[in-house]
Amino acid sequence: MITVIYAHPHPLRSRAGRRLLDAVRDLPGLAVHSLYDRYPDFSIDVAAEQRALAASRLVVLQHPLYWYSVPALLKLWFERVLAHGWAYGEGGTALRGKDCLWVATTGGPPEWYTPEGPHAYPFDAFAPVVRQTARFCGMNWLDHIVLHGAHRVSEEALAAAAGHYRARLVHYVEQAAAA
Amino acid sequence: MSGSFLVDAMVYLAAAVVCVPLAARFGLGSVLGYLIAGCAIGPWGLGFVRDVESILHFAEFGVVLMLFLIGLELDIGRLVRMRRSVFGGGSLQLALCGALLAAGLAAAGLGWVPAIVAGLAIAMSSTAIAVQTMAERNLLNAPVGRGAFAVLLFQDIAAIPLIALVPLLAAGAADAGNPWVDGAQALGAIVAVIVIGRFLTRPVLRLVAKSNVREVFTAFALLLVLGIAELMSLVGLSMALGAFLAGVLLASSEYRHALETDIAPFKGLLLGLFFIAVGMSINFGLIAARPLTLAGLTLGLLALKGVALALIAPRLDVAPRQRWLFAALLAQGGEFAFVVLGVARSARVLPGEWEALLIAAVALSMAATPFLLLAHDAAESRSARRTSEADVIDDDSAPVIIAGFGRVGMIVGRLLFAYGCRATVLDHDPDQIELLRKFGFKVFYGDATRLDLLEAAGAAKAKVIVVAVDDADKSLRIVDLARAHFPGLAIVARARNVQHYRQLRSRGVMLIERETFEAALRIGRDVLERLGAEPYEARLVADTFRRHNRADLEQMVAQPRDAQSAVAAAQAGREELEEMLRLDRARRGREQVTGWGP
Repeated sequence: MITVIYAHPHPLRSRAGRRLLDAVRDLPGLAVHSLYDRYPDFSIDVAAEQRALAASRLVVLQHPLYWYSVPALLKLWFERVLAHGWAYGEGGTALRGKDCLWVATTGGPPEWYTPEGPHAYPFDAFAPVVRQTARFCGMNWLDHIVLHGAHRVSEEALAAAAGHYRARLVHYVEQAAAA
Repeated sequence: MSGSFLVDAMVYLAAAVVCVPLAARFGLGSVLGYLIAGCAIGPWGLGFVRDVESILHFAEFGVVLMLFLIGLELDIGRLVRMRRSVFGGGSLQLALCGALLAAGLAAAGLGWVPAIVAGLAIAMSSTAIAVQTMAERNLLNAPVGRGAFAVLLFQDIAAIPLIALVPLLAAGAADAGNPWVDGAQALGAIVAVIVIGRFLTRPVLRLVAKSNVREVFTAFALLLVLGIAELMSLVGLSMALGAFLAGVLLASSEYRHALETDIAPFKGLLLGLFFIAVGMSINFGLIAARPLTLAGLTLGLLALKGVALALIAPRLDVAPRQRWLFAALLAQGGEFAFVVLGVARSARVLPGEWEALLIAAVALSMAATPFLLLAHDAAESRSARRTSEADVIDDDSAPVIIAGFGRVGMIVGRLLFAYGCRATVLDHDPDQIELLRKFGFKVFYGDATRLDLLEAAGAAKAKVIVVAVDDADKSLRIVDLARAHFPGLAIVARARNVQHYRQLRSRGVMLIERETFEAALRIGRDVLERLGAEPYEARLVADTFRRHNRADLEQMVAQPRDAQSAVAAAQAGREELEEMLRLDRARRGREQVTGWGP
C-alpha cells in the first residue's frame, strides 16, 4: 500500500539515501522500486509501475537532488508512467486521491540554499516542479522531507532523519488504518 | 528432326541469337525475331529443318511452362476475384468473335457447320504471343493485361469441349467415345492435380530442397510440370490449363520464387522455340500460290476480331483509351486454332484446302501482331497530348528484405513484424521456413546470392536489405550484388567476426553488427551484477566498453592488411585481439564514472 520510488544511480555508494531507505524498508505493506536497479537501460516497464501505483495509497518519491531536480531516470519515469489517459487528461484518474510524499537529499549544507549561498534560492524554491507533478495527477501533497549535506552530515543527524522518516510512514499507516 | 540433335539445337540457337537481338534492336519485340528466325531456317527458307510439326508439338511445352509461371503469380484468392472477367468477359469474347468470324467464313463460301467450328477456332488468341508481349511491355499487372489474361484463360478452358465436340459433328462419328467416361476421367485428372499441387508437392519440395542439390530442385520442378501436362493430355484436357492450375496451387507456397527462377529459363527457351516453329510452319508456297485469298483471310480475321475485341473491352475494365491496345494484343489466331482445325480436318468436318488456308492465315496473323502493336504505338504517340491516366499496378512488395532467417535474421524479422513492418524473407532451410510459415510470416525458399531471386523478392523497390546469412562468403556475395544492382537499397549486415567486419566495411557497408557482441556485453553485465556491482554501474561499464571497442575496431579495419591466405587471416585476427587487449588494459582504472556525487 506504500510504494517507494527510489531513484539513485549508485544506491550502493549512497550514504544518506541508503540509510533513509533502510529505515523504512521493513515496514509492512511497503515496496521499494529502486529504479536504477530495475531499469539500468532506462527501459521502464510502464505497466508494472502503473500496477504498483494503482495498488498503493501512498507514493513516496525518494532521490538525491541533481541539478535542482530529479535524477534523469525518475524524470523519464514521470514521462512514461504518469501517462496521459492514465494519470492525467481524459480518463486519467488512476492516481486521484492518493497521497504523495517527497523525500529529497542534497549534497550541500542548508546554508547553501540562501540568497547568499551558491544555490541562491531557498530549498523550497525547487519543490514546485515535483509538487505540481503530483498535484496535476490529483494526488495530495504531504509535507516533504529534505536532508541537506548528505555527504558530511553527522551520524547522529543521519540517524535522527532516518527515525523521523520512519515515524512519518508509521504514523501514516496508523492513520490510514484508523480511517 | 533432321540430323543429330546437337546440330538441330545449334541451328535453332544460332537463328535465335542472330534474329532476336536484331528484332529487338529495331523495336520489333522478341516474338517477331523468333518468327523471322523460324521463317529463315524453315522448309521455305534455308530449309535446315523439315519436320516442323513435331518441333511445334515439342515446343508447345514452352506454352505449358509459361502458364505454370503465370499460375505461380496468381494465388487462389486473386483467381476467384477474376472469375467475373474470366467467365463473363471471356465467354462474351469467344461468342462475339466466333459469331462474326463464322459469318465471315460462311460469306466466303464455307458451309455453316464448318464455318462455326473454324470461326470458334480462330476466335481464340495466342496465349504465347499475347502474354510474352505483355510481359515485355510490363502490362501483365495493368488492367489491360488482366483483361487480356482473363480472356486467354477462358479460351484455354473453352478449347477443351471444342476439341472434344468437333469429331461428334462429323457424320457417322460412332467411335467418339462415351462422353460420360471422358468427363469422369477429366474430372478425376483435375482432382488429381489439385491433390498433387495442394498436398503432395510441398512436402516433396521440402524434402528435395533439403538435399541441398540445386539442380535436383530444378529437375523436380520440371518433372512436376511435365507430369501434370502429361496427365492432362492423357485425359484429353489442355496441358497448359493443367500446368496453370498447378501453378495457382503453388502460388502461396514458400517455394514460389525458387520455382519461378528455376523454370523461367526453360520457359524462355521453349517459348522461343515455339515461335520459331510457328515461323517455320508458315507455308510460303501457299502464299505464293494464292496471295490474295490469304491476304483477305488474314486481314479479315484481324479486322473482325479486332473490332469485336475493342467492343467488349469495357466489359473487362479496360480503360477506353486502351481498347485498341487490348484488341491488338488478342486479335491474332492462336495455338488452339492449329489443333482444332487439324482435328476438324481429320474428322472431315473441314475441307483440307480450307484447313491449309486458315492455318496459314492464323500463322500470318500471329506474325502480324508485333506490327499491329507498332502501329498502335505510332497512333498512340501521334495523339500523345491526351491526359494520361496511370495504370494501376499491383504492388505488394515489402520495404525490407531479410536474407537469411536463422538465429539472427529471425529476431530482426520478429522485431519488425511486432512493429507491423512487412518484410520479405529469403532462406534456404526448409524446416525453418515451414515453421515460420505456420505463424504467418512471408517466407520464401531460395538462395539470396542469386540476382534473379533478389529481383523477385522486390529488391528494386525495397528500402533496406538485412544480410543475416550465416556464411560470410555468401554474405559478401549478397552485399556485392545489392551494391551493384540496387544502389537505392540500404544494407544492414551481420558480421561473423572481425575479419568479416573488415570485409563488409571495405565494401562500404556502414551498418554492421557483430553477431555475438551485444549478447556478450549483456552476459558480462550479468556477471558483474552477480559479483555485487549495481545494475546501472554494470551498464555504464558495458556502454563504455562498447564505445571504446567500436572505436578500436574502426581504427583497426581502417588499416590495410594482407588477408590473402587463411593463415594471414587467422594471424590478423590474433593480432587484432592482442591489440584490443592492450588498449583495454591501458584504459583500465582510468575510466571513472562521473556525475553528480554520491
